[in-house]
Amino acid sequence: MSTARMELVCPAGGLPALRAAVDHGADAVYLSLRGATNARNFPGLNFDRKNIAQAVSYAHTGGAKVYMTLNMYPQPDRFEPCLEVIETAATQGLDALIVADLGLLRYAAAHFPGLPLHLSVQGSATTYAALNFYRERFGIRRAVLPRVLSLAQVAKVIDKTEVDIEVFGFGSLCVMVEGRCLLSSYATGESPNTQGACSPAHAVRWEETPKGREARLNGVLIDRFDPGEHAGYPVICKGRYLLGEEGQQIRYAIEEPTSLNTLDILPELLRIGVKAIKVEGRQRSPAYVAQVTQVMRAALDACHANPEHFKPRPEWMATLAAVGEGRSQTLGALHRSWQ
Amino acid sequence: MKLSLGPIQYFWPEATVQAFYEAATDWPVDIVYLGETVCAKRRNLRLRDWLNIAERLQAAGKEVVLSTLALVEAESELSTVRRIAANGRFKIEANDASALACAAGHPFVAGTTLNAYNPGTLQELAALGAVRWVPPVELGRDSLNQILPQAPQGLETELLAFGRMPLAFSARCFTARAVDRGKDDCLLACLEYPQGLRVRTREEEAFLNINGIQIQSAKPINLLPALPEILALGIGVVRISPEIEGTPEVIQAFHGRLHDRLSAADAQELIQSRFPETCSGYWDSAAGMRP
Repeated sequence: MSTARMELVCPAGGLPALRAAVDHGADAVYLSLRGATNARNFPGLNFDRKNIAQAVSYAHTGGAKVYMTLNMYPQPDRFEPCLEVIETAATQGLDALIVADLGLLRYAAAHFPGLPLHLSVQGSATTYAALNFYRERFGIRRAVLPRVLSLAQVAKVIDKTEVDIEVFGFGSLCVMVEGRCLLSSYATGESPNTQGACSPAHAVRWEETPKGREARLNGVLIDRFDPGEHAGYPVICKGRYLLGEEGQQIRYAIEEPTSLNTLDILPELLRIGVKAIKVEGRQRSPAYVAQVTQVMRAALDACHANPEHFKPRPEWMATLAAVGEGRSQTLGALHRSWQ
Repeated sequence: MKLSLGPIQYFWPEATVQAFYEAATDWPVDIVYLGETVCAKRRNLRLRDWLNIAERLQAAGKEVVLSTLALVEAESELSTVRRIAANGRFKIEANDASALACAAGHPFVAGTTLNAYNPGTLQELAALGAVRWVPPVELGRDSLNQILPQAPQGLETELLAFGRMPLAFSARCFTARAVDRGKDDCLLACLEYPQGLRVRTREEEAFLNINGIQIQSAKPINLLPALPEILALGIGVVRISPEIEGTPEVIQAFHGRLHDRLSAADAQELIQSRFPETCSGYWDSAAGMRP
């Protein structure tokens, strides 16, 4: 039995989700303070300064760590609130702060040197040189890799950095380099970088028309569905469009509605030295968090116990397929042919 | 105010690139950015070719900056960034943290994808050696109005004033996908799309532009009408992003306005003669595609 283990990091959009994650075997949860200081700034989500202590206490009692995300890029009017988040993380016993912005990294490193820093996926660091830069400059201990590297490339990064590597293991698939995608603001005025939101709900409009069910984002037609066709939440990267000046063929020009699922390659991720597996979805329900955490816990335990003979069980895959977005699952960029 | 010519975002044949910069020696631009920023597979010009072009442009009185990839993945790509940074003669434009690590301690330009959204980040970049920064295209007039008064002294601001806005980068090549090829056997499909590949909504609305692993706005941003506001903000450089056709007219229009040789209407007409559809991007609207 190998001694190496990968930490299971699960999303907590609120206290019920946090309890679900901890109760079903998460090693760590990640959460945010309410407001536009994180990349899942949706109404009704996240924590306030009152229940954060409760959250930390519940997780710690259950043996789970708590990471706070502060991963948008604040403009001057949002900068001060972000500094308050850093202070909250440092004083409320959070186990790490997940940050992307250079100015915030500087502030956190300078004022709260005892607060462990993780480089957010929004930091767009894709090479060991980039990670080592952040480590030397700000002392980051861990980085979440953007969903753009192949498995071989992730292995090479790990070989040449002391920074612990966390990768996304399950959930929605960002097609673009995180932190480098402005598609949402282009249509709606809000992006992960500026407002901590992708495809904000207030910009989404569903319309039944004679041509089919239409999904619009601030008026832009993202997709149109035939009766009975599965209609996913409209994000620009998973819409259907016309290609070229004249073309009339309707295509998923960027990506199909699909979820990331890495169960098939958990042993490889362990072998190359990945330290943590992240489940996407702070916007998802406590029931989702419970189901996915339970499956991922079982899978990771099986993988840790016997990586050579690990094989995802059909019931795990069925559960994940049922809760995933879209009708298909993919390894994304980890599998070179996806690129 | 200075005029700059950004790096070519597309993949053009070598002869086209050479001819473009041969012509550029005579264009009234002060700064020229050279090199490949989008895809490492676009290698028809090597570093020595870029340096040759750089020397000719410098001899013609231009400041030359060597741009680097926005997305660095493979070791070979990292080596390329390092070789560019170690060229010894020209500043680099750092477009990711790998390049930032190489550039630190030397004067450099902080590219738009370094995501500087606040003065704290600008101070950090200036401390690393940045002498100029290019704001994220999401930052419009009101945001810059908040940020610039607190920017570090001596850090010049360069704003994308004309060209298709870079909106996203991916590991996936969308051009290869459009012609049903994988990235590893793309056969350099981008060569067939010297201005990218238009993406329209199913209602025929011009929406996006595919350029290899990059997604751009369908319409170029044109901030010519905003030049007085840009000047008033203290922005030192306006950037024109090259297009395969019409770039000299755009430069002529901006230069003409900056030196009062063209009326606003004439300059705008000159641009519209080559680019009938433009937008103002995020300049006065939170949503970059909406007027």
